[in-house]
Amino acid sequence: MKKRDYYLTVISLILLVIFLYFADRYMDAYIVRILNLCAIYTVLGLSMNLINGFTGLFSLGHAGFMAIGAYTTAILTLSVNAKAQNFFLEPIAAPLANVVLPFFPSLLLAGILAALAGFLIGAPALRLKGDYLAIATLGFAEIIRVIFTNTQNITNGALGLKGIPAYTNLWWSYGIAAFTVLFMVLLINSSYGRAFKAIREDEIAAESMGINLFKHKVMSFTIGAFFAGIGGGLLGNLLGTIDPAMFKFTLTFNILLIIVLGGMGSITGTVISAFVVTISQEALRFLDQPMDLGFIVIPGVAGMRMVVFSILLMLVVLFYRHGLMGTNEFSWDRLINILSFKKPLLKGGKK
Amino acid sequence: MIKMTSEMFLQHLANGISLGSLYALIAIGYTMVYGILRLINFAHGDIFMMATYFAFFGVFFGLPWYVSFPITIILTIILGMTVELAAYRSLRDAPKISIMISAIGASFLIENLAIVIFGGRPKAFPTEELFTKVVHIGNVSVQRLTFIIPVVTAILLIILLYLINKTKTGMAMRAVSKDHETARLMGVNIDRTISITFGIGSALAAIGGVMWGLKFPQIQPLMGVMPGLKCFIAAVIGGIGNTTGAVIGGFFLGVSEIMLVALLPGLTGYRDAFAFIILIMVLLFKPTGIMGEKISEKV
Repeated sequence: MKKRDYYLTVISLILLVIFLYFADRYMDAYIVRILNLCAIYTVLGLSMNLINGFTGLFSLGHAGFMAIGAYTTAILTLSVNAKAQNFFLEPIAAPLANVVLPFFPSLLLAGILAALAGFLIGAPALRLKGDYLAIATLGFAEIIRVIFTNTQNITNGALGLKGIPAYTNLWWSYGIAAFTVLFMVLLINSSYGRAFKAIREDEIAAESMGINLFKHKVMSFTIGAFFAGIGGGLLGNLLGTIDPAMFKFTLTFNILLIIVLGGMGSITGTVISAFVVTISQEALRFLDQPMDLGFIVIPGVAGMRMVVFSILLMLVVLFYRHGLMGTNEFSWDRLINILSFKKPLLKGGKK
Repeated sequence: MIKMTSEMFLQHLANGISLGSLYALIAIGYTMVYGILRLINFAHGDIFMMATYFAFFGVFFGLPWYVSFPITIILTIILGMTVELAAYRSLRDAPKISIMISAIGASFLIENLAIVIFGGRPKAFPTEELFTKVVHIGNVSVQRLTFIIPVVTAILLIILLYLINKTKTGMAMRAVSKDHETARLMGVNIDRTISITFGIGSALAAIGGVMWGLKFPQIQPLMGVMPGLKCFIAAVIGGIGNTTGAVIGGFFLGVSEIMLVALLPGLTGYRDAFAFIILIMVLLFKPTGIMGEKISEKV
């Protein structure tokens, strides 16, 4: 790394920490919540991009892994009293009733359980290709949701869980998001990452170069599931309530929108578009509410936001397939070039 | 396991067959599109949902059912062809993952437009005495519809098989599903053929949708999602790309779903997961389905 880039990176990280400190102290709860959501969607987007963008496996099972993560942390962090209040239809299964763990171990366990589920699902499903894999993973996510709706004494069924302690704060969410970014960068630039990309480009060619397809696919899938579980856990402890209906396909769609908009196969793109999508989802909330233009009142239509987002997704895929970043990554050189409005020299040094 | 009398068994069987026929009608749309484009048309379930709304509004505006239902079919065909034109046509040569994302986008767009236009609250589908009258045979009492649905499905399947195997359009469709380039060289208009395929699939979805509305007279914008997924599963069970297979898969799924709930009422909550479990079993042990042909990948 060049010395200049090193300093710039350190400076921007310090600026981020200072910003977080002030945001944590002085900004109102609504903005802090959105900032938290941005970081959580970064984690989720990166985990899905690893599977879909870098390894080229079209998986639609993310909501299922998130559900596992969210429920694990929620059940482990709820206090004994809160559990008794939540499970009034049927008492919670005995060993879980008295277990209360701090946030970090429960989050870790959430990730591990989601990864385990990812491994168990991936091992058979990854023998499938393309749209079969998409439908099978979608089906698994649906099965997980149906199981959670029916296991009254573990997940409280359709009633969901309320009063989950709000452990998720800016430090947790941004800390984990930063760790995820770092992990993904190191992973993608390792030999494993190159194998993932080779599989994405051409499975048969990759296999004939000696890459073990099955091992690498399952690995990518399991790591993706791990981070999806952690993201789900963060989300549950941010929102305070979870129920199985939250983890429908719409949630997977949101993350898909993020990675498509950012560019399938770009970490930078995913981070940028996680912020763009999350913030615009809040900013476009006015579309669902009645609008008063002074002389005329447009009645609010619930669902208008999702119309905008589905049109956005289709426009990106139809006309701008590579998204914001394509498969490019951030570098200081590129940023400085853009900021200085200088055209980079043409090839051969001609002006 | 509960004890079941033979009357109850017959009743469940009749229900299963009529549900299976509806699944079959929608599954044909999936299988035809998959056969020709190698694409899951995620929007197919939503096209089916729109058909029930078209029929609902036809009757709502005072049209008699025999006028409203044909109009429904025509509108649905137009919708299906529009989806193909807008979401899939420009992506013919794009990577598969882009086409799938576009399909998901189209599906979400239709669902949410329906929520915006029709409202999210369920509406009561107008029932027609002619179809819903209950008939008694011995101790078994079923709606007329339970008999009408399989008969309509059978007739449509015969017409469809004739269309695919005997007519020029059908020949073009079979040619395109084998190889786009060669079909084009032989003078087949690919875009038109694909458009017709979408039209036929949508017409069947429309007929299925109308009968679905009569059988389960409550319609809402997200009603197409679950039947859509299940019918795709039915198409996979039957062997995707194969029309007769889709019908067999539809019947299999419909009957086994009803029977599962009837025999093991404790598992009713898991009904929606059941189809996916079957799907995963089929994909793991016989990925080509019951009637499908094996496709080997060319390098």
